[in-house]
Amino acid sequence: MLRITGGRVYDPANGIHGEVKDISISGGSIVAAVEGPGVRTIDATGMVVFPGGVDVHTHVAGAAINFARAMTPEDHRTAAKFIHSPVTRAGAGGATPTTFATGYLYAGMGYTTVNEAAVPVLSARHTHEELRDTPIVDKSCCVLMANNEILLDLLEQGEVERARDVVAWLVWAAKGYGVKAVNPGGVAAWKWGKDAKILSQPVEGYQKVTPAVIIAQLAAIVDGLNLPHPLHLHCNNLGAPGNFTTTLETMKVLEGHRAHMAHLQFHAYGGEDWGSLSSEASKIAEYFNAHPNLTADAGAILFGNSVTITADGPWQHLLYQLTGRKWGNLDVENETGCGIVPYTYKGGNVVNAVQWAVGLELLLLIQDPWRIFLTTDHPNGACFWRYPEIVHLLMNADFRRERVMKLPAKALQRTVLADLDREYSLAEIATITSAGPARALGLPRKGHLGPGADADVTIYNDDPDREAMFRGPRYVLKGGEVVVEEGDIKKVVEGREFIVQPSFDKSVEDYLRPLFEDYYTVTFDNYPVEVERLEGADIRKLDIS
Amino acid sequence: MITLTLKAEPGVPLEAEALSPDVVANLSHEKVRALPMFLGKRQVRVDEFFEVDGDGSDEIEIRGDCGKVKWLGRGMTRGRLIVAGNAGMHLGAYMKGGTIEVSGNASDWVGGEMSGGLIRVGGNAGGQVGAAYRGSRTGMTGGTIGIGGSAGLEVGMRMKRGTIAIRGKVKDFAGIEMKGGTLIVGGAELRTGAWMQRGTIVSLTPIPLLPTFAYACSYNPAFLRLYAPQLAPLGISIPFEPTDGSYLLHTGDVAVSEKGEILVWQPRAS
Repeated sequence: MLRITGGRVYDPANGIHGEVKDISISGGSIVAAVEGPGVRTIDATGMVVFPGGVDVHTHVAGAAINFARAMTPEDHRTAAKFIHSPVTRAGAGGATPTTFATGYLYAGMGYTTVNEAAVPVLSARHTHEELRDTPIVDKSCCVLMANNEILLDLLEQGEVERARDVVAWLVWAAKGYGVKAVNPGGVAAWKWGKDAKILSQPVEGYQKVTPAVIIAQLAAIVDGLNLPHPLHLHCNNLGAPGNFTTTLETMKVLEGHRAHMAHLQFHAYGGEDWGSLSSEASKIAEYFNAHPNLTADAGAILFGNSVTITADGPWQHLLYQLTGRKWGNLDVENETGCGIVPYTYKGGNVVNAVQWAVGLELLLLIQDPWRIFLTTDHPNGACFWRYPEIVHLLMNADFRRERVMKLPAKALQRTVLADLDREYSLAEIATITSAGPARALGLPRKGHLGPGADADVTIYNDDPDREAMFRGPRYVLKGGEVVVEEGDIKKVVEGREFIVQPSFDKSVEDYLRPLFEDYYTVTFDNYPVEVERLEGADIRKLDIS
Repeated sequence: MITLTLKAEPGVPLEAEALSPDVVANLSHEKVRALPMFLGKRQVRVDEFFEVDGDGSDEIEIRGDCGKVKWLGRGMTRGRLIVAGNAGMHLGAYMKGGTIEVSGNASDWVGGEMSGGLIRVGGNAGGQVGAAYRGSRTGMTGGTIGIGGSAGLEVGMRMKRGTIAIRGKVKDFAGIEMKGGTLIVGGAELRTGAWMQRGTIVSLTPIPLLPTFAYACSYNPAFLRLYAPQLAPLGISIPFEPTDGSYLLHTGDVAVSEKGEILVWQPRAS
């Protein structure tokens, strides 16, 4: 039993904004009060108490990030090193941290829950193996669906009922938590050397299935299955000049359904080509503000080295052609694809400068902190361990303006960031880094400090240098145990994996089995991830509404 | 001057980045003896493998067959490192300044990703002289490497600036993906200059050329007349007088650009 006393508590989910208040912990959960001689106390006087951070969109485990790790030995040579110790395993930080280091780095920054945002069923087993080796944090993952050819065939034939059963079956086969759509139809088209850039145009190889159909049907299926997390959507036309129109159309297609718009920064560009790329964050934010069915994460970029990894194969081929750098391309049979290209965002580059501004503009122009979350689409926009830099930019308008003024003049003309005065409060930071993403993920025990919540608590020194404050919490508690003290990993606990079991008609397996025998390299029986393989599985059974 | 004499050749490679003027210069005799090195995964002291004579100094002499001693002079910025004998892999890697002189042979990755200074090897070198480490975009970005004997594969891989001069022959893929700088070789095996974008490769004997290099002209470049006296102290003499012959210029690699050049010396028919 543990009591945290004297700290200023920010628990936006329970309407607590900086009150001095004790937090009591017993049995790994927050409780109303603890009594008795066995109660340990952490004196947090003068400190700031947050619920543990929740990352709604990151890429930390599985075939794609692992391919990226293998592709970038040059980054590992200069990365932060984790030396084997009685507490920690060896590892490397950098743009694509190794599994154990990922857990240490997230926990070291006060994050206790992460959502791996893109998992093909075929590599789900690999993903879970890596998640198991990602200590301390709790985990969940979203399963890639929007280019699964079995599913697209069903939509082509208008078999929506069966499509729903297939989605439910696939989520359970992957031991996933949510449904991810990446460039709907575009990755399937990439297998023909094409892309899907127009929402109303049939996808290559189909007559009726368009990106809009895929998006609308998947959003409806996800809602129908009662998945706790809405459709997690990476829109078509990522990164392309002028793509904000596609994003607006996509949001219109989603009307009447819940959806989470991933890394919105990459989808809010105006202009006609690279020479005229501009920010349309205000148009996106205007629409978004008026449509409460949507949540989004920023996918902000920061200047420096990164590795871009995405299921969006065609985009990555373009990026490879633009940069002339290394390119990895993975084909995941009938399900999806993947591309990997190392990338350096440069402050002096007008396109990169606009991208940098767009991420911050979205965070500042979207009014409701419960609907926009802090991410960098790790490792795409920047590494997750750089989040504190963004917090600093959000909380201090003078500092931000100073940085904005260093952008190239052309970038200033094409963005509105210099005119934005909004400063985030600590309560709002707690919302976009913890309470909001936990609610969007549908994790009732995360992102708050009320009784019944998991005792994931981050305690910061109230340092006026917000970047330093959020980079090195004074204490981090995971499930009631102190795992980090003054930036050092003190104890390594194992995280759980959140998994949902949606209901489906068992007969869907009779439909899928022959398809597997014809089209897959693995047999049907070897395809699903076995529950027994998972450590710390926290399975939620769902009923159809 | 501080002298270190190898007592016995290590069974497995000894990682000795501590043996650099930057580390040793201001240390007492005792502290130099206690410097850490890694023998495989085991941390050892300098004096477990070397007899140390003298106090720390900007000038270090290492004696004995150090063919298994890696990373000598790693990242050094100043001073002088003399190896009387052989040197192991990664000699002078990431070096920024100062001088390294090896009387014997050196292993692979001499001057890997170095940015300044001078490395002179009297004997042969292994592969990847002045090259980019695996995954890196650029190899050496400055400085000079002179090799008295021959060298191995991928010499000057992705080098961007600086000069490598090798008196003997080199093996395949010399100057692969070269981005700039000058690579002078006594001769080369296959695929010299593959994917080179810029820079100059000079061969003093005829070499097999890739079909993606096009013959341009025969001439006597003025810059070699200027290079010659600089390279002479390294024991490498390059011909430049029109009375002795001329260089055949080939441009390429057209598979990626046409801005690289390979110059092949053709003595005047007598």
